[in-house]
Amino acid sequence: MSTRLETHGRLIDRSTSVKFTFNGKWMPGHAGDTLASALLANDQMLVGRSFKYHRPRGIVASGGEEPNALVNLGRGNRHEPNQRVTTTELVEQMHATSQNHWPSLEFDVGAVNSMVSRFLPAGFYYKTFMFPRAFWKHVFEPVIRQSAGLGAAPHPETRDPDRYEHFYAHVDLVIAGGGMAGLMAALAAGKAGKRVLLVEQSAHWGGRAPVDGDVIDGLPAEDWVKNTVEALEKMENVTLRLRTQLSGVYDHGYALAYERVSDHLDDADAPRHRLWRIRAGQIVAATGGIERPLSFPGNDKPGVMLASAVRDYIVNYGVTPGDRIVVVTNNDDGYRTALTARAAGVEVACVVDPRTEVDGELPQQVRALGVPVKTGSAISKVKGLKRVVSVRVQPFAEDDGSYEEIACDAVAMSGGWSPVVHLWSHCGGKLNWDEAQACFSPDPERPPTNQNGEGFVTCIGTAAGGLTGAEAAKTVADRMRGLDIAADDIAVENASETPLAPVWVMPAYAGAKKRAKMWLDFQNDVKVSDVMLAAQEGYESVEHTKRYTTLGMATDQGKLSNINGLAVLAEALDKGIPQVGTTTFRPPYTPISMGAIAGEAKGDLFQPLRRTPIHDWHEEQGAYMEPVGHWRRPYCFPRDGESHEDAVNREIDATRRSLGLLDASTLGKIIVKGPDAPKFMDMLYTNMMSTLKPGKCRYGLMCNENGFLMDDGVVVRLDEDTFLCHTTSGGADHVHAHMEDWLQCEWWDWQVYTANVTEQWAQIAVVGPNARKLLEKLGGMDVSKDALPFMQMAEGTLGGFDARVFRISFSGELSYEIAVPASQGRAFWDALHEAGAEWNATPYGTEALHVMRAEKGFIMIGDETDGTVIPQDLGLNWAISKKKEDFLGKRGQERTFLASEDRWQLVGLETLDGSVLPDGSYCVAEGTNANGQGNVQGRVTSTYYSPTLARGIAMGLVHKGPDRMGEVVAFNKVDGSTIQAKIVSPVFYDPEGEKQNV
Amino acid sequence: MLTLTCPVCGVDACETELAAGGEAHLKRYGPGSTDEQFEDYLFMRPNVKGVHFERWRHAMGCGKWFLAARDTATLEVFGTYAAQTTEPPAEIINAIKAKRPDWSLT
Repeated sequence: MSTRLETHGRLIDRSTSVKFTFNGKWMPGHAGDTLASALLANDQMLVGRSFKYHRPRGIVASGGEEPNALVNLGRGNRHEPNQRVTTTELVEQMHATSQNHWPSLEFDVGAVNSMVSRFLPAGFYYKTFMFPRAFWKHVFEPVIRQSAGLGAAPHPETRDPDRYEHFYAHVDLVIAGGGMAGLMAALAAGKAGKRVLLVEQSAHWGGRAPVDGDVIDGLPAEDWVKNTVEALEKMENVTLRLRTQLSGVYDHGYALAYERVSDHLDDADAPRHRLWRIRAGQIVAATGGIERPLSFPGNDKPGVMLASAVRDYIVNYGVTPGDRIVVVTNNDDGYRTALTARAAGVEVACVVDPRTEVDGELPQQVRALGVPVKTGSAISKVKGLKRVVSVRVQPFAEDDGSYEEIACDAVAMSGGWSPVVHLWSHCGGKLNWDEAQACFSPDPERPPTNQNGEGFVTCIGTAAGGLTGAEAAKTVADRMRGLDIAADDIAVENASETPLAPVWVMPAYAGAKKRAKMWLDFQNDVKVSDVMLAAQEGYESVEHTKRYTTLGMATDQGKLSNINGLAVLAEALDKGIPQVGTTTFRPPYTPISMGAIAGEAKGDLFQPLRRTPIHDWHEEQGAYMEPVGHWRRPYCFPRDGESHEDAVNREIDATRRSLGLLDASTLGKIIVKGPDAPKFMDMLYTNMMSTLKPGKCRYGLMCNENGFLMDDGVVVRLDEDTFLCHTTSGGADHVHAHMEDWLQCEWWDWQVYTANVTEQWAQIAVVGPNARKLLEKLGGMDVSKDALPFMQMAEGTLGGFDARVFRISFSGELSYEIAVPASQGRAFWDALHEAGAEWNATPYGTEALHVMRAEKGFIMIGDETDGTVIPQDLGLNWAISKKKEDFLGKRGQERTFLASEDRWQLVGLETLDGSVLPDGSYCVAEGTNANGQGNVQGRVTSTYYSPTLARGIAMGLVHKGPDRMGEVVAFNKVDGSTIQAKIVSPVFYDPEGEKQNV
Repeated sequence: MLTLTCPVCGVDACETELAAGGEAHLKRYGPGSTDEQFEDYLFMRPNVKGVHFERWRHAMGCGKWFLAARDTATLEVFGTYAAQTTEPPAEIINAIKAKRPDWSLT
C-alpha cells in the first residue's frame, strides 16, 4: 500500500497535523505536504477517472506535468475544478473531490466506455459528424456531454470573493526556475549588478538537486541551495519569488508570471493570485526537465508512476507509493529510484531494463544491493484493476514465450528526460533533435528574436539540453558569459550515466491488442493505437494528428505525451522524429486562474466609466441607466411603480405636448480649425461644408473610403476658420482618430488642427412647444424665431450661464440644444428644471429620444447603418454634394454594386394590425436560396411603439423599397409565422416639419 | 507585445499604447481612378512575410501617427519614422540592408 515512511520527508513538518477531506472523507496530513503526498500517505491511490474511457487513474507525477490527478477544490463560491493535487499545498480544512466519474469514484458506469473502446477510436468525435444529423443530436451529443469534460464548472451566478492583482515589473533578467541552474544564474547576474527577478513555481528552492543527492561546489546540494538563497536575499538588485511560475513568453521580451500569493496562507488581506507583467531584457529559462513515461500495456493503472516522482515522494514527503516496487527504465537515472527506495527501506522487486548491456555506475550500485536487474526485458502486462497487483516481465526485443509474473504494488517508470523547452518555444525559438538523449533541445543558434533582431530567451541547465547535473551546471556559466555576465564555473558532482535506449513501444513486438493498452496521453486518453490509426488514415502532419487524436491537447501541452507520441507517429509514417517535428507549445505553461487574468478589472473597476456633469442627478432620480460606449446614459426616468415602457411613453408625451429636457452631453464635439479647415471639412463630409456661413448649422454625413456611412451629426461653423463637428455619442474618439489619420498621413501640408472637446461642454436639449418660453423666462438672449431661426447658432448668456445655443432638433419639436461649460452643466440643468416647472419640464432618456427620432424618420448610426450601408440607401442623396470633385467615400460609392438601384433602401413600415414589428425581423421573399433557406428582401432596422401615433412604427431596408410605397410585405417572427406590414414613408410625424420650424 | 519607439515623442511604447494602421506608403486613388487602381488602393495587400512598412498611431500617448519598418516573421524592428513621407527614408533603407543584405525595396 502507499504509506507514510518513518524516515525521510525533508519538506514536511511531522510535528504538525493538517486535516483535509477527499470525497467527504477526513484524512490527516502534515504541514509541507502537497495534496498529492497527503493522499498517497493515506493510501488514496485512486484519485480520478480518465476523460474518455473513465478508467481508474492515480497520481503519475509530482509536479505541474501531472495529467491525472485533477480535483475539484473548495466549496461554494470558492469552488474550482481541475486543480492539480501535485502542485496544491495542503492547508487545514481543504476539501477536494474527484472528477469525471458517475455515480462514484469507486463504481463508475462510464467505465463501460472502456469496453466499447473500439467504437471510440482516434477522431471518433469527428466521425460522429458523418452520421445523419438526427443521430448526432439525439444520440452522440447527449452521451458525450454526459461522459466527457473535466471537472464541474462553477455555477454561472457565482462571484469569486477573492482579490487578484496585476503587477508590473521591468528587469534586466527574469530567471524562470529556482533549481540549481537558476540559482547559479541569479548569483552571477546579481553580482554583476543586473536587476534580476528569479521565480520558482514550487514552494521550495533547489529543484531536483537535493532529491538526487548532487554535490555542488563541494557541498551537499541542500546546503549549497540554502547558502545561495541567503546570499541572493542580501542583494538589493535581486528579487526572489517562490510559488511564481513564468507562464508565458511574448514578443519583445514581454513575459507573464503567475504568483500564488496566499493559497497556502490564512491571510484575508493578501490578494490570492498576482499576475506579473514583465518587460525583461533577457528571459533565462532554467526550467529543468520532465521525465517521460514508457509505453507498455497497462501503463495508466493507479500505482504506475514516473520514477522521479517516486523519488520525490520518498525524499521530500516521506511517502512511498508502494511496499514493493518494480522499476522499469531505459536509462541509468531510473536506477536512482531503486537506490532511493532501498535507502528508505522500501523493497525493490527488480529493475526491468530493455537495454541488453547495463553496467553503469548506478546500475552497479543497485546490483550490489542484491536487487535483480532484468536486462533486455520489458513489462508486457500490468495486472490489477484499481491499483497495480503484479507485472508480467518478458524479453523486450523478441517474444520467446517465456515470461515471469512479479508481484508489486507500484511501478516506477522512466523513459528518459526531456528539457522543458516551452518558454524557449513560445515566441518561436527553434529546436534540434538530440539523438543521443532522444529529446528536442533548444538550438542556441535560432533563438526567438526581439526588436533588435537579437535572441531574448536563454536556456540554461537541464532546459538547455544538458541532462545530467554536471553537464547542466556547465551550461550556466557558459550561457551567462554569452550575455556578458561574468560567471564562475561551479563544479557539480554526481554519478556518471551511460546512454539510454530510445524505447517508444514496450515490448517491441507488441501487437494491436497490446498497443491499444499503451497510453501516450493519460489526460486525453490517447493510446499508441490511436496515433497509429491516425497515421493510417492519412494524418501525416503532427499538428493534424494532434487535433485528430487530441494528443497533447488541453493542459498537457506536450509535457508528458509529446516525445512518445511523436516517436510513435514517426515510426508509423516510417520517418525520423526530427522530420515529423513537434507541435506548437503555447502559453501558459500550466493553467493559470481566470481571476489572475482579470486582476482588479471587475465590478466597479471593470471599465473606466465616463460621467456627464449631470450624471449624479440621474442616479439620484433613480434613472434606469444603459451603457453607451464608456458612458452611462439614462434610458428612462421611471417614477414609483411605473414600468420602463410607461415611463418612456410619459416622457415622449410630456415632451411633445409641453417641455422635455435631455442630457445630451455625451454628444461628440470636435473642433476643426485652421486656414485649410473648410477644404478639410469638404473632404471629410459628403456635404459641401465650405459654403456654410458662420453661425449656421448643417446636418452632415461622414463616410469611410469604402463609401459606407460611418457617422453623422450637425456641423456648426463658429467662424471663418473654425468648425464644430457634432458626432454620435459613442463615435467621438473614433471620428477624431479618423480626422487625425487623414491630416497626419495624407494631407499633412494642410493647416488644420483638431481638438476633441466633448467633455469640455455640458449639452442640454430643451425640447417641446414651450421650449422657447422657458429660455425667454431665463433671459439674457434673444431666442425668437427671427433672431435665432432653425439651424442657426448664437452665443450669449442664458439665466446668467455662458451658453452656446443651437437651434437643431432630433425630435421634430421646437428644440434648442444649449452647450454650457462643463463646470456649469449641473447648475444649468437645475435652473432649467426650476424655471420649467410651470410647463411640467420632464427629463427624458435615450429611449424617448430614439422613439421620437424614429417618429420623424431620422436615422441612427448603428441602427439604420451597419458598415455596409451607404447614404444613398437611406434616402440621403440630398446630403451628398454633386459639385465636389472629391470627398472621402466618393470613389467608393461609384463602384457598380453601390451605384446600382438594385439595393435594399430605407422605408417606413406600418403593420396592418398596428402591432410592433419584432427587432431584427426579415422581410420574407419567394423561394429558397442554395442552402434551402427562405429568401429575404429586406430587414427591420428600428422598431418601436409610438405613443404619439398609438401604434407600432418601424424603419427598415427593403429591396427597392421607395418604389414600392403602399405595398404590403411580410416580416418573419421567431415562431415561424409572419406579420403583414405596409411600406410607407419613414417620416411618421409632422412630415412638413412645421413643429420644429416655429 | 511589441515595443516601438514613437519618433514624435521619443517614448518606447508598448503595444497596448499603440494602434495598428496597416500597410504604409499607400497611394490614395480617388474619383477618376480606374476600378483596378481603386481596388488595389483599398484592398490588395501583399501581406508580406518579412520586411514590412506599416502605420502605427501612438493612440494612448501623444496621439501621433508614425511609420515602422518591421520584419513580420522575426518581429525585428529596423526603425520608426515620421508619417509625413511617401517613401521610406534612406537611413531606414540602410538599416534594413545592413541586417537583410538580400532585401531590396521593390
